[in-house]
Amino acid sequence: MPYQQKLVTMAGYTVLLITALIFAFLVQQSWPFIVEHVSLEFFTGDRWLPVSLPPVFQIRGFLVSSAMITALAIVVGVPFGVLAAVSLAELLPHGISVVFRSIFEVTAGIPSVVFGFLGLKLVAPAVADFFNLPTGLTGFSAGIVLSVMILPTLISLSEEALRNVPREYAEASYALGASRWQTIWRVVVPTARGGIAAAVLLGIGRAIGETMTVLMIAGGRLATPGSIFDPMRPITALIASEVNNAARFSVQYHALFTAGLMLFLITLAVNAVAASVIVGKKGR
Amino acid sequence: MKKIVMLVLVTALALVAIGCQPQKTTLDVTGSDTMVNLGAALAEEFMKTNRNIEVAVSGGGSGAGVAALIEGRTNIAQSSRDLRPEERARAAARGTLHEIIVGWDGLAVAVHPSNPVNELTLAQLGQIYRGEVRNWKELGGNDAPIVILSRDTTSGTFVFFREFVVQERGQKRDAEYHPDTMMMPSTEALYQEIARNPNAIGYVGLGFLRPTIKTVGIKADDASAAVLPSVESVLAKTYPLARPLYFFVVGELTGALKTYVDFVLSDKGQQVVRSLEFVPIR
Repeated sequence: MPYQQKLVTMAGYTVLLITALIFAFLVQQSWPFIVEHVSLEFFTGDRWLPVSLPPVFQIRGFLVSSAMITALAIVVGVPFGVLAAVSLAELLPHGISVVFRSIFEVTAGIPSVVFGFLGLKLVAPAVADFFNLPTGLTGFSAGIVLSVMILPTLISLSEEALRNVPREYAEASYALGASRWQTIWRVVVPTARGGIAAAVLLGIGRAIGETMTVLMIAGGRLATPGSIFDPMRPITALIASEVNNAARFSVQYHALFTAGLMLFLITLAVNAVAASVIVGKKGR
Repeated sequence: MKKIVMLVLVTALALVAIGCQPQKTTLDVTGSDTMVNLGAALAEEFMKTNRNIEVAVSGGGSGAGVAALIEGRTNIAQSSRDLRPEERARAAARGTLHEIIVGWDGLAVAVHPSNPVNELTLAQLGQIYRGEVRNWKELGGNDAPIVILSRDTTSGTFVFFREFVVQERGQKRDAEYHPDTMMMPSTEALYQEIARNPNAIGYVGLGFLRPTIKTVGIKADDASAAVLPSVESVLAKTYPLARPLYFFVVGELTGALKTYVDFVLSDKGQQVVRSLEFVPIR
C-alpha cells in the first residue's frame, strides 16, 4: 500500500478510535452512578432533585421531552425539507437553485444561540398568543425552531440523493410519455427514497443533540410533559445547565454523565440506522 | 578576597534582578453568578492600589465556586448561600474554613406590571412555589394560572429560595419546588419572561430590578406590614427575604489573600458593594 493510502486509512481509524474513547470515557464517568443508583426508577420516575438531601435523579421527563421536541421538529421540518430539495434538484433553474443552496448553507452556519434568541423574542411570544397558553416557552416553540435548524441537513442530503438518481431513469420515463411532474413523483423521488430516509434520520440525530436552543426556549420544566404545549426540559438542556456546577465525582456529576451516556446511545442508534439505510441502498 | 567580592557582587546583582521581576501573586475568585459583577468590581478597585496582586474573578454558580474551593482550584469561593453540611465537611478536611460575610442581598419577588397582586406573605409565596395555590384568583388577582419561574437548580438563588420560602426556613424539610416550576437558565431569561408574561412570578436579586417588572411587597407573616425590597429595608432588617453573601476560604488567611479580604470589608470595599445595589455589612 502506498504511504498516502496508509495515511488516509490511519486517519479513518483515528476518528473511530476517538469516538470509542469518548464512549469509554462516558461509561467510565457514569459507572459509579450506574452501579449504585440506576434502577428502574431512574428511567420511569420524573423527580430530579440534584441538590436536595438525599438527592433524587430520575430522567423520564427529560427523555420524553427530547422525544416530543424531536418528533415535532421532524414532522414539521421533513415535508418542507424534502419538498425544497425536490424543487432545488428538479424544478428550479440551475442559477436560482445555486443561489438558494448557498442561502441554506449559510443557515447551517448560524450559531444555535442565535436561533435560541430568535425563538425567545419571536416564536415563543407568538406561540403563547396564538394558542392562548400561560407561557410561550414550550416544547412546541422549541420544536418549531428546531424544524428550521434541521432544514439544511435535510435539504442538502435529500438533494444529493435526488441528483444521484441516474438521468436515464428520467429519460426513460419521458420516453414513455410521462410528464415532468409524473417523472419527478413516480420515478425520481421513489428512487431516491433511501437517501431521503437517511437524511431524515440524520436530521433526527441533529434535533436530539441540539442544546442551546432548547435550553433557551423549551421552558425548563422538570416534570414529564403531558403535551407538546407544556414547558419542558430535554436531556441536552439538563446536562448543559447543570454540568458546570456539579462538583466533580459527586453523585450529581456521575448522574449527568449517565444522562449523557443515554443521549450518546440514542444518537448512536439513530445514526446506525441511518448508516444501514445508506449501505443498504448502495447494495441494491 | 577577590573571589568573595565577586561572589557578593554576583549575589547582589541576582537579588536586584529578582527584585526587578514584576512579582505578581494571582488570586482566583470564583462562584456565585449573583456575585460575579460584585467580585469583578471589587477586584478592579483593589488592583488600582495593589498592583502586585492580580485578582481573577469568574462566575458559574455558588455550587461551582464551592466545588472549586473543595478541589483546591480557587482561593476564594463566592457564594450566595451557606455551605451544605457535606460541603462544609469536605472543605474543612482540607484546612481551616473561613466564612466571611461581605454584604447582603435581598431577593425581590416580581410579577408582570399588569398583575393586580401587590403583596404576598412568605407563607403565600411558599404555597405558590409548592404548587398548593395554582390560580392568581386565590391571591386576589385575575382568574389566571400562576406560571412559576425559578433559577436553575445550580444557582445559589435557587437553594436560598428553596430553604427560605419553599421549605419555610427549614420547617418543611421535605418540601420541594412544584414539578411544574420552570427553571430559567439565567437571571436575564427569568427577567424577560416576567416582563412578557402576565401570569408569571419569579424572584431576582435586588440588583436586577427594572421598571418593566413589578416588585411585590413581602410580609413576614399575616400580621406584619408588606415591605418592598430596597437597600434601606434590607439594612434595617425589615425586609424578610434577604440573605448574606459569603466569601469562603480554606487554609491560612495570610498574605495577598488577607490583603484582599481586608480590603473587601473596609469602607472602600463596602462602597463598591453598595454601588452594585447590594447591601453593605454596616
